Amino acid sequence: MKRREFIKLSSAASAGAVVSPALMLGGCVSKPLPGTGTVTSTPTVCDMCFWKCAGDVYKEDGELWKITGNPDDLHSGGRLCTRGTGGPGAYLDRDRLRKPLMRVTVDGRQTFQEVSWDEALQFIATKMQGIADTVGPERMALLHHGAGGHHFLHLLRAFGSDSHAEPAFAQCRGPRDVGFRLTFGESASSPERTDMANARCIVLLGSHIGENLHNGQVQTLAEAINKDATLITVDPRFSVPAGKSKHWLPIKPGTDIALLLGWMNVVIEEELYDKDYVERYTIGFEQLAAHVRQYTPEWVFLETGIRPDVIRETAREMGKAAPATVVHPGRHATWYGDDTQRSRAVAILNTLLGSWNREGGFYIPEKVDMPHYPLPDYPKPKFKTGDAYPDKWPFASQGVTNGVIEASIGDDAFFKGWMVYGTNLPQTIPGAVDKLRAAADSLDLVVVVETMPSEMTGYADVILPECTFLERYDDIRNSGERHPSLALRMPAFEPLHESKPGWWIAKQLGERLGLRHYFPWNDYADKLDWELRQVGSSLEEMQKIGVKNFPRKRPLYFLEGQNVRFFTPSRKIELYSQQLADKGFDPMPVYTPPEPVPSGYYRLNYGRMPAHTFGKTTNNPLLFQLAPENQLWVNPLVANEHGLASGEYVRLASREGAISSKIRVRVTERIGPDSVFMAHGFGHKSKRLRLTAGAGADDSELMTNIKVDPIMGGTGMRGNFVTFVRQPGEGGAA
Amino acid sequence: MTRFAMVIDTRTCIGCGDCVVACKTENNVPEGLNRDWVVEATSGTYPDLKTEFRSERCNHCSNPTCVTLCPTGASHLWKDTNIVLVEPEKCTGCKACIAACPYDARLVMHPDGYIDKCTFCHHRVEKGMDPACVSSCPTRCMHFGSLDDPSSEVSKLLKTREYKVLSPETGNEPNVYYLL
Amino acid sequence: MKEELLVTARGNELIDPSLHIWTWEVAMYLFLGGLTAGVMVFAALMTVLNKDEEAPFAAKRLALLAPLVLSAGMTTLFLDLEHKLFVYRFYTSFQITSPMSWGAWILVVIYPISIMQILSTFRSGYGFFAGFADRMTIGREILDFCERYRRQIAMVAIPFATALGIYTGILLSAFGARPFWNSGVLGPLFLVSGMSTAAALVALIARHHSEKALFTRIDLGLIVVEIALVALFLINLATGTGQQIDALQSVLGGPYTLVFWVLFVGIGLLIPLLLETLEITGVSKKLAMLAPILVLFGGYALRQIMLDAGQESSWTHYDTQYNSELLERLHEENP
Ligand SMILES: Nc1nc2c(c(=O)[nH]1)N[C@H]1C(S)=C(S)[C@@H](COP(=O)(O)OP(=O)(O)OC[C@H]3O[C@@H](n4cnc5c(=O)[nH]c(N)nc54)[C@H](O)[C@@H]3O)O[C@H]1N2
Ligand SMILES: Nc1nc2c(c(=O)[nH]1)N[C@H]1C(S)=C(S)[C@@H](COP(=O)(O)OP(=O)(O)OC[C@H]3O[C@@H](n4cnc5c(=O)[nH]c(N)nc54)[C@H](O)[C@@H]3O)O[C@H]1N2
Ligand code: SF4
Ligand code: SF4
Ligand code: SF4
Ligand code: SF4
Ligand code: SF4
Ligand SMILES: [Mo]
Repeated sequence: MKRREFIKLSSAASAGAVVSPALMLGGCVSKPLPGTGTVTSTPTVCDMCFWKCAGDVYKEDGELWKITGNPDDLHSGGRLCTRGTGGPGAYLDRDRLRKPLMRVTVDGRQTFQEVSWDEALQFIATKMQGIADTVGPERMALLHHGAGGHHFLHLLRAFGSDSHAEPAFAQCRGPRDVGFRLTFGESASSPERTDMANARCIVLLGSHIGENLHNGQVQTLAEAINKDATLITVDPRFSVPAGKSKHWLPIKPGTDIALLLGWMNVVIEEELYDKDYVERYTIGFEQLAAHVRQYTPEWVFLETGIRPDVIRETAREMGKAAPATVVHPGRHATWYGDDTQRSRAVAILNTLLGSWNREGGFYIPEKVDMPHYPLPDYPKPKFKTGDAYPDKWPFASQGVTNGVIEASIGDDAFFKGWMVYGTNLPQTIPGAVDKLRAAADSLDLVVVVETMPSEMTGYADVILPECTFLERYDDIRNSGERHPSLALRMPAFEPLHESKPGWWIAKQLGERLGLRHYFPWNDYADKLDWELRQVGSSLEEMQKIGVKNFPRKRPLYFLEGQNVRFFTPSRKIELYSQQLADKGFDPMPVYTPPEPVPSGYYRLNYGRMPAHTFGKTTNNPLLFQLAPENQLWVNPLVANEHGLASGEYVRLASREGAISSKIRVRVTERIGPDSVFMAHGFGHKSKRLRLTAGAGADDSELMTNIKVDPIMGGTGMRGNFVTFVRQPGEGGAA
Repeated sequence: MTRFAMVIDTRTCIGCGDCVVACKTENNVPEGLNRDWVVEATSGTYPDLKTEFRSERCNHCSNPTCVTLCPTGASHLWKDTNIVLVEPEKCTGCKACIAACPYDARLVMHPDGYIDKCTFCHHRVEKGMDPACVSSCPTRCMHFGSLDDPSSEVSKLLKTREYKVLSPETGNEPNVYYLL
Repeated sequence: MKEELLVTARGNELIDPSLHIWTWEVAMYLFLGGLTAGVMVFAALMTVLNKDEEAPFAAKRLALLAPLVLSAGMTTLFLDLEHKLFVYRFYTSFQITSPMSWGAWILVVIYPISIMQILSTFRSGYGFFAGFADRMTIGREILDFCERYRRQIAMVAIPFATALGIYTGILLSAFGARPFWNSGVLGPLFLVSGMSTAAALVALIARHHSEKALFTRIDLGLIVVEIALVALFLINLATGTGQQIDALQSVLGGPYTLVFWVLFVGIGLLIPLLLETLEITGVSKKLAMLAPILVLFGGYALRQIMLDAGQESSWTHYDTQYNSELLERLHEENP
């Protein structure tokens, strides 16, 4: 039945091609082979995710052809990932925002109306000025994610506000970075400073590298596999790296801290730890040893389901390979609300193995010392972001997105205006839809700078269409890495429609706010050129080569026996954290069992799929062709019990009653019987995303049981329970 | 006759599909159609499992039944190699070659009416480059070269590693190899 | 559990979710090609066996149908081509390994033979029209020539028409890639089926009672042979490779079971077998007209079912992770 329908549809599509005589004649002549026309290329830095790989945009006879990796880019190994290769789709997407839009009321109904840039910008500047004049510029907040957010951060700081937050903190790597900073005084960085290519043993807790397609991580992991490094993957799901591992530990969800403590127990009991390293660099070892004595493998087994002999064997493998052992810090670390403590446990285990800043463990990242374009100092804001939610999360080292949202609700709310850049909050902040609506009702101004008609644009007063990364300059890529390098993103095309680059938008607003002196360049190229010249390059040179590598000035690892002062209060690696103790938190990680799965429910597990970056690429026509929807992974036993078959569509209901959109079932052994799994980023509601609207389901809307990390405000997303619902007339193939 | 082969290491293939997107852009494959694809094969019962990813495409068989069954000679071998190509100007769109391929690799009925398929990127091979899919693969699990040259990477890999081809029983003698 | 899953979406037209390259056009062509073969064989046989009296229609008039039916078949075949302007490419090369190429060239031979076959009985069969030809010298000479060599022409027509009939089966069985077709029985089966449909056609349209009876008897024999060949075909698959055994399932419980057993075997073979037996034994002649119609229907059903089930049979069996219907959105103006 199903097959028939499909044929009907596809032959309808082809019928058009067949009856059209022009096309038939067009087919007469062999097409020239790719690349036989006039080929030109322009350097770029990929913006399909935040890893920032350098590439080259190829045009043939003036038409966009392809994007490939820049062979000189050590950061990306000269190759782009699936999404980077799909970059042309971002430019070609026919649903892109075309013109500035403003919310107006027509016949009592609110709609968006196309307006001129001038009108949109003037409206925003007037509103912002109003906020500054009445309650102060700090009440204007920036919610941002991605490279271009910097232009607006600059604008806001010039304006007098330092209030800003990005989901990359409280919804992503915040707990990890705070946990590492509390331990080492430094974070695990982005890109992660793991030395996997040289590791002899790699431990992945959750990190599903391979599905998580951060290019450098994928490549160095593959290198390690080729060199026969021992791979240990802890994941309740048979993830891609689990399938490549010598040891896959299908852990009971939420019990990682118990396992980490158990490993520490074995490493200390069996004296597998690096005594010299521990003695030289750490404080609190005695307390730690005493603390973990109780967490024997036998005890850990009862919590995690991982057999004691496996715990011991894997601990020994780590010890044997140490210091060339990476216990990976992970990246999306906001799981169960005790995530800073779990990240601390990871940091401590790495310390015991002596792998921090040692070959095969972690390296010391280095940037190019490139001065910034000289600009006047920013005015000093009276409030920091955290003042909007005082005393809440003492170790939040950055703005907490969910905190900012909550502090924007109500007439007496702290924040009065938002600028939202490159983040789709309704999908990104779980369970935030009601709060976003309430905030939007309260705020005087919501500006959304976007390339696509995302769900977030629905909350805006003004929507500003940014051009894609292929049509603009952004700041020079200069991240802390193994090899210091600079990479240039430059326009390969004129902006399509009436879209504009972020830097231009920020400058225009700046000028309308009387902040012209903060934007002295005519073109952003002028600013970049000035900066590049300070390090012996130039825009002209970079336009040719795209990437410039620089020699390292500092060693890549600690030297043998080197004495190091860490950026912690004690100047040591803090196995015992006085800082945490002082604020009433556990100074060493303590295990608390996760909430059990209620009967009839399944734990909602989620993650990445390689074809997409969250929800921002699902409408990209190239990547849509690769993966048009997400699936719901269901164990065969569960499928049997609920009469579910692969290919059918179901909805999920969370324990608290939220109902998802329809999602296609995949019955697979790769997930255990206590959970279901889906990739994040689907279930778009915005109808203007014509390819992806309504395809698949959104994990965010099922997250109705959030566990906030009391230390830094992270959004613990993994404590959610769901069950299947079939609505009348649904089910079966759709 | 030069025998070109693709050798793909299933140990490092992660099923990311970069090879598929790279093919689409490099070769301007019409929207919605594919010259290559990725298969995930999982066997076992939780938690005792094995998963293999395979990037698949035309095998450029040594015994290409698609060529032998083509009534017009449109399906042919490129120069003196095993690379199977289609000449649109000779193709009637009779689809015999589609039915003739045991690997269902003759995927693309071009909207203009002729068959389009994986070309092993002969336009790149000619210039000494790897096919687009091979040179995009982020894990570098794909390799390309001539089996006639014993010092080529593909020859060496097949000498030193265990491998398989898809359904050898077809008798088509496929030239895409999977390292185990 | 074993999962073999396409994890990149694939909705290639004509291929996914399962091969469906050929539809009614090709089935119709195979049917009409087989019918043509049967028509020519019977016309020739009646000549060779001197049956002008017993079977006047078959001996003198039947041959005219061959080029008409064949042309109708060629038309449907042409409709199937995706690259129609390039149809002439069949005739700019001869591919010795391709049955389709053979088929294209067989047709080139069949047409003139068939025309000569018609002309050799044109005066006796279609006197009114022959009168026009006779008015011209050249026409007269050609008709004289063909009549003179009527027997020889028939002798040539038999092997070529048989080749055409077998070819319609071999065309499919040559596809080793389609396990369902991969059986040597397909050639004989399609030949016999083609002859059976031609016999039925004569039984249907011949005027003389004796001729109808003769062809009913012939058809009965052919149906019996066809049933035997169908059985052989099934046994052949059942004892074949794993792929063939898998492929067989499509008519043994799979999606084509009903159409195969009810439409083809039941309505197309067994019921006519019964009706024709009743007719010949004189038990009942009420449904005399029905039997040949069912045989013709069965002949078409055989081609269509073989074509459909065979295309779907494959060496690869992948489930799809994605609903490829979603890909249609790429082509929609406002999905
Ligand atoms: N293709 C692609 N790649 C991406 C992204 C993308 O959008 N698309 N996004 C990037 C970003 S910003 C981030 S932050 C990273 C995120 O990528 P990671 O940091 O790798 O994500 P995690 O959340 O750590 O890992 C998800 C895995 O955790 C497993 N898991 C679930 N519960 C538990 C548990 O209780 N214990 C353990 N040990 N494992 C568990 C899941 O089964 C899943 O395999 O990915 C990056 N890479
Ligand atoms: N439920 C759930 N929530 C999650 C996660 C999860 O796994 N599950 N993951 C979390 C993690 S790790 C992270 S890092 C965050 C990511 O959260 P976000 O960064 O919000 O990710 P997206 O949802 O992809 O939204 C990005 C938006 O930016 C827009 N955009 C893309 N390119 C440009 C551009 O060039 N300019 C502008 N102005 N806009 C652009 C896109 O159209 C899209 O709407 O989500 C977090 N939230
Ligand atoms: S990891 Fe992939 S998507 Fe991200 S920047 Fe690199 S190539 Fe682009
Ligand atoms: S690009 Fe490489 S790793 Fe990715 S699916 Fe293709 S072959 Fe596998
Ligand atoms: S895989 Fe199929 S299309 Fe490719 S050469 Fe072999 S038979 Fe021909
Ligand atoms: S479709 Fe074209 S290439 Fe294929 S068999 Fe027919 S003529 Fe040959
Ligand atoms: S070899 Fe070229 S044509 Fe073939 S799949 Fe790879 S990229 Fe596509
Ligand atoms: Mo993230």
